[in-house]
Amino acid sequence: MIEIDAITKRYDDNTVVDNVSMVIEPRTVTVIVGTSGSGKTTLLRMINRLVEPTSGVIKLDGEDNRAIPGHELRRRIGYAIQGHGLFPHRTVAQNIATVPTLLGWEKSRIDAKVDELLTLFQLDPKTFGPRYPHELSGGQQQRVGVARALAAEPNVLLMDEPYGALDPIIRAKAQEDLLAIQKHFGTTIVLVTHDMNEAFHLADKIAVMDKGRVLQYGPPEELVRAPETPFVETLIGDTERPFRLLAIAKAGAAAEPGEAEGEPIREDKTQQEALADLLWTGRSALPVVSASGAPMGRVTLDALLKRATRPSGSAR
Amino acid sequence: MKAWLPTILRGLLFVVLVAFLLSPTTFEPVLKPLVDTNAPAIYNQGSLLDLTLQHLSTVFIATLVAIVVAILLAILVTRPFGAEFLPLSRSLVNIGQTFPPVAVLALAVPAVGFGEKPTLIALFLYGLLPIFENTLTALTNLPRSVMEAARGSGMTNFQRLMKVELPLSLPIIVAGIRLSVTIGLATATIGSTVAARTLGEVIIAGLQSNNLAFILQGGLIVGALAVLIYDGLSAVEKMLTRRLGIA
Amino acid sequence: MTEVFQAGLPFGLFPGGGLKIRFDKLGIVIAIIAASGLVFSTFAVLKPNRILQGQAKTILEALPAWAGYGLLILLIAAIAAALFRTSPWIKLIAAAASLTALALAIGYAAGFLTPAGNTYARVSPASGFWILIFAFALLAADALTRLQPPPWMRVLFLCITAIGIAALLFSGSWNGLSIMKEYAGRADVFWTEAGKHVTLALGSLFAAALVGLPLGILCHRVSSLRAGVLNTLNLVQTIPSIALFGILIGPLAWVALNVPGAAALGIRGIGMAPAFVALFLYSLLPIVANTVVGLAGVPREANDAARGIGMTDRQRLFQVEFPLALPVILTAIRIVLVQNIGMATIAALIGGGGFGVFVFQGIGQTAMDLVLLGAVPTVALAFAAAVVLDALIEMNSRVPNGVSAA
Repeated sequence: MIEIDAITKRYDDNTVVDNVSMVIEPRTVTVIVGTSGSGKTTLLRMINRLVEPTSGVIKLDGEDNRAIPGHELRRRIGYAIQGHGLFPHRTVAQNIATVPTLLGWEKSRIDAKVDELLTLFQLDPKTFGPRYPHELSGGQQQRVGVARALAAEPNVLLMDEPYGALDPIIRAKAQEDLLAIQKHFGTTIVLVTHDMNEAFHLADKIAVMDKGRVLQYGPPEELVRAPETPFVETLIGDTERPFRLLAIAKAGAAAEPGEAEGEPIREDKTQQEALADLLWTGRSALPVVSASGAPMGRVTLDALLKRATRPSGSAR
Repeated sequence: MKAWLPTILRGLLFVVLVAFLLSPTTFEPVLKPLVDTNAPAIYNQGSLLDLTLQHLSTVFIATLVAIVVAILLAILVTRPFGAEFLPLSRSLVNIGQTFPPVAVLALAVPAVGFGEKPTLIALFLYGLLPIFENTLTALTNLPRSVMEAARGSGMTNFQRLMKVELPLSLPIIVAGIRLSVTIGLATATIGSTVAARTLGEVIIAGLQSNNLAFILQGGLIVGALAVLIYDGLSAVEKMLTRRLGIA
Repeated sequence: MTEVFQAGLPFGLFPGGGLKIRFDKLGIVIAIIAASGLVFSTFAVLKPNRILQGQAKTILEALPAWAGYGLLILLIAAIAAALFRTSPWIKLIAAAASLTALALAIGYAAGFLTPAGNTYARVSPASGFWILIFAFALLAADALTRLQPPPWMRVLFLCITAIGIAALLFSGSWNGLSIMKEYAGRADVFWTEAGKHVTLALGSLFAAALVGLPLGILCHRVSSLRAGVLNTLNLVQTIPSIALFGILIGPLAWVALNVPGAAALGIRGIGMAPAFVALFLYSLLPIVANTVVGLAGVPREANDAARGIGMTDRQRLFQVEFPLALPVILTAIRIVLVQNIGMATIAALIGGGGFGVFVFQGIGQTAMDLVLLGAVPTVALAFAAAVVLDALIEMNSRVPNGVSAA
């Protein structure tokens, strides 16, 4: 658990992060979104004390993060950044081994960890371990960057625009991988991005930041249903609102008893995908099946349209 | 105020330099403490102004020839016709810079005799390398998009060279010239060991008669010239860079 | 015309294939230079003594018939190898063979031309010899550039050349040459001066690295220091070397007189001390400037990541910043070393010794062979230093920039 309590960062007269308080639950993905200059990166960097706050406290599992020297703190927290930040003069294996080496692990344990992580990230240890970062593709470099951040088995992983430099297809794949890995290790992930789609795709909870303040902090659905400020509304986008609602709910949740013709959709697909399928094939309903293929009823166009309608009680 | 300080200092340096060259004896009291009571404090075996002008003209002529030759060579090896020479020319620049100036000077003597000529040859060869190297760097690192645009807008090879490649390369070429002139100004002093008339004469006279005042005035005049010319060319370079909107 | 020069697919000895013979453009230039060395210039000069003008001799006059014709045939074959598009290896072998033959021939010519029992007569290489050496050195350089040998192989080539020259020197086959007669007369002094030269060049580099690296790191970390330090060092560079050597005489003489123990350490107004200090001062700028540039060139992300994953400042400096800046710093070391080897010759003017002693004595006596005795080792030393350090730089920069990685 990360408790951020009344944290403020000022550079001279310029307040970059302004009295932010929030609690990040363990084993969740929290995404901080905002425009550039909103203070989101500074907030992230205060968690591992790459930036020292002007005032306020950050506690990790109840312990003040200033209790130990900054570099020791950072060895316990994973850190992955845009443009991967791999050391160009070290091989992939050496890059991943950086923190375990700093921590003085035994060589056999380090080697085993490197192999495990490379395999987990679908990179063959024998082929990729001895290569240098520049010999990898952008997507592979990014995976190695995340693998390096996870090498010392940290409870917390901080990610600063980790996929900013990737093209859309590779980015989507990387996001899937991240969610899988988060499940695998149960890591608490805090990720900073300016990409709202990425936030909705990954987040258990989203914090929207503007001018150093957190405007709203909650589950994605809440942000769409009840945006607290016009800025949050703008960020979500007028024309995107209905689709965002559908995008964060699964098709299974909209299933109702009944039959339908044609190609079925799996229940773990999003409702947005179900809608797209309906519109594209010109049907008014389609069958839903479980992951194992068992029929679960159908999803109708009407039901989806209702679910995409402005929820009652919302501001506008 | 602070931004003007360097400019004022340079102006002052220039004024002092000119005053010293026009009327060296005025400065005699300043240099007198450096020498024995009966030794001359101001160089007395020739006019300092004369030597300075001689020094400058030697460097100027050598650099001018070097500029023309270096740029022509760099253009040649970056055209398709001369592409075969490109790798070698890079190696030669590299090797050429390992030849010490004294050696070049001394080795030129048997070929052309003592005096001005070996100095000019050494200065030319030494001046050639930085200009050639910089021109080459500039011409081979032009922004690809601009080159494509130039081709795409229907320029001939020659038009591209004159209207796009050279103008864009100019700041880096000027940087090479600046380097070459600075090296040339210092190297020319060594020319005096092979009887060229340069400010090195003053320094060597000082070394021979153990006269610190001579060494100092010779050295400082060359130093001041170098600083002023270096700064002047830096200003030209900055102006060109700004005009191109690179910085 | 241009058609003929286009590169073809390499097969066999004449890549390009077909029946069309393809000329090498550079080969044409080399052939013209070499031909002018063969036809219009003379090979050796026989002088009655070390200072007087001498008689110029062509290859056929300077060598017995078998050797003269043999050399001519070899050189013409090598020119042919240069002229056509052949494998760079063949060109390299042709160049090496020609250079070796020329080196042997000039030594043989010395013995052949010197009248028996005449100890005053001197034989020196003439312009034709130097032109031929230049032409084939160019051919060798071109072949090596095309072969792009890995760094270790370049150092190997350098060693082979050095061993070859050493063998020629020890075998005595050059003993008849004027330059070797100059050497024979002052063998002891030569090695003393060589020692001083190397001490000056390497010692001042070492001292400059010792001071310059920490100073560079400091300038990188403390940005307010940077401009001041670099401008000051820049100013030092504008003072001509002769003058700086001279200016330092005064303060060092004062130190020797007034600081106890300084004189015992060899610090004196004239001699090696001012030369050493001057070279040290000149060396500082490249080392400090490149350290700053090298450290500034370390990718921001790598630095951020290093901090982010918990490296201390010291770990970051030694494990990330320094290794990544090393090629740039080594480049400075190369510049400084080559520059120092050249500039150490000027130390002779203030009694600091070194190869410059022979150069300036030679100029004074108009004895060009004595000039060569000083200049040739200086050039050779600077060249060898450049090759070795270039190889080092390449070995170190291969990985990070990834340009030359296989």
